[in-house]
Amino acid sequence: MFSLAFMRHAYLAGTFIAIICGTIGVFVIARNLSFLTHTLSEIGFAGAAFGIFMGWTALSGMLIFTVISSVIVGQMSVKQSRREASISAISALFIGLGILFLSLSNQTSSYATSILFGSVIGIAQADVIRVAVLSGIVLLVMLGLYRPLKFDSFDAIGARVSGLWTTAISVVFLVLVAMSVSVAAQIVGSLLIFILLTLPAAAARYFVHTVSKMIGLSILFALVGVWLGLYLSYVTNLPVSFFIAAIECIFYFAALGYQRLSVGS
Amino acid sequence: MTEPLIAVQHLAIAFPNNPVFKDLNFTINQGDFLTVIGENGVGKTTLIRALLGLVKPTSGSINYYPSKKATKIGYVPQFRNLDQEYPLTIEDFVGLNIRGWLPWLTKAEHRQVNTAMSVTNVKKIKQRPLGMASGGEKQRAYLAQAIVEEPQLLILDESTASLDNEMKYELLDLVQNLNQTSNITVLFITHDLPLAQKYADHFLALRPGQQEYGTMAGMSIEQLKEVSDV
Repeated sequence: MFSLAFMRHAYLAGTFIAIICGTIGVFVIARNLSFLTHTLSEIGFAGAAFGIFMGWTALSGMLIFTVISSVIVGQMSVKQSRREASISAISALFIGLGILFLSLSNQTSSYATSILFGSVIGIAQADVIRVAVLSGIVLLVMLGLYRPLKFDSFDAIGARVSGLWTTAISVVFLVLVAMSVSVAAQIVGSLLIFILLTLPAAAARYFVHTVSKMIGLSILFALVGVWLGLYLSYVTNLPVSFFIAAIECIFYFAALGYQRLSVGS
Repeated sequence: MTEPLIAVQHLAIAFPNNPVFKDLNFTINQGDFLTVIGENGVGKTTLIRALLGLVKPTSGSINYYPSKKATKIGYVPQFRNLDQEYPLTIEDFVGLNIRGWLPWLTKAEHRQVNTAMSVTNVKKIKQRPLGMASGGEKQRAYLAQAIVEEPQLLILDESTASLDNEMKYELLDLVQNLNQTSNITVLFITHDLPLAQKYADHFLALRPGQQEYGTMAGMSIEQLKEVSDV
């Protein structure tokens, strides 16, 4: 399997993606942003289509769209009461834009399928380098912001009264999520990115109870999903995103079962 | 001689169509245990938000000594939206309030967390997920987090309102101990006049358009009722 260059690239890129999604996911879950992540993946689809339309890479288009829209959505969603409605509106608009740009760029429907559902075959060495650099930036910013981000994510009231600059933290975090969405779309596709950004972290919080351990376990769940998913996709010739989704769902439902058992005992 | 920690002078706060205070004046000295009493809607929470810098006064001033920046404030709210599935252990929750840039806590910072947990009697249950803790244990964990950075001012914002009687006194005994042994200034917002009378040494009674500030010595519960309308 590793004699094939595209599989080596897929495993390398997949490893970076699992690490940043596992890390960012812990804070996405703590901040109740799962729904927003879903929307960002749809915005990513529109961005990728826009990138192709402009003759750029899909990743560049995705980065521009997701970063700008995450800041806009973040500002619109300050009031919890209107969060879901505003995210739905933005989401609908961007899916429409994605379809428009794809149509304008005269790409075939198979290209749309690869943006939406991901593709292992298309990953070149240059893509791996882009993914590695973006992942490195996301992780470095996360390390620098770790304590304030942890405080604001797990105790928003405490963080606000202690004088932390919580609005700035929210904006920076949304930009990090947007970058992670764009990076992760390279393998799992824009429709299923939210799986890697939410399920590993959501499962981890039922097993361990400190932020650092949650990050560790969440990365492990994401890595197992990506590595095993790539392997199963290789041997069965079925879509990798299906296997990743199925494996992460197994982790999540196992975690729910574990929680039920431990509360009952 | 007691030094002032906060001086509030001619403070007025007004929201659109809703003047909360017109001319509020009081001083909190270092080491004071001041209770703020008054009916719902009279502006107790607005006052706290103003002291924390979260609401801008319409006019007047709030001066911290030596400065707002140099004054560490601990805050214990009445309620946090933490359900049964809240995942962090009590120890991790208390450590959230430790400032710094390293991703991990240093040995000295671990000692700070341990001290705060010892003082508030949650050290024995430090590995328990906070979501699974009882109401009293949660409030003690909130108190531990509030004092972990050794604040000069501790604000209790109706922090005893959701507790049963025994737990209320247990929590306030801990706070009184901190006030007396560590000289932490306490600002206690409450409706509970017997608690206010037992623990506070000064009171600020708020009524619409009126205020009364004084020493608690010699005040009966009936007199507190009269000045606060509670």
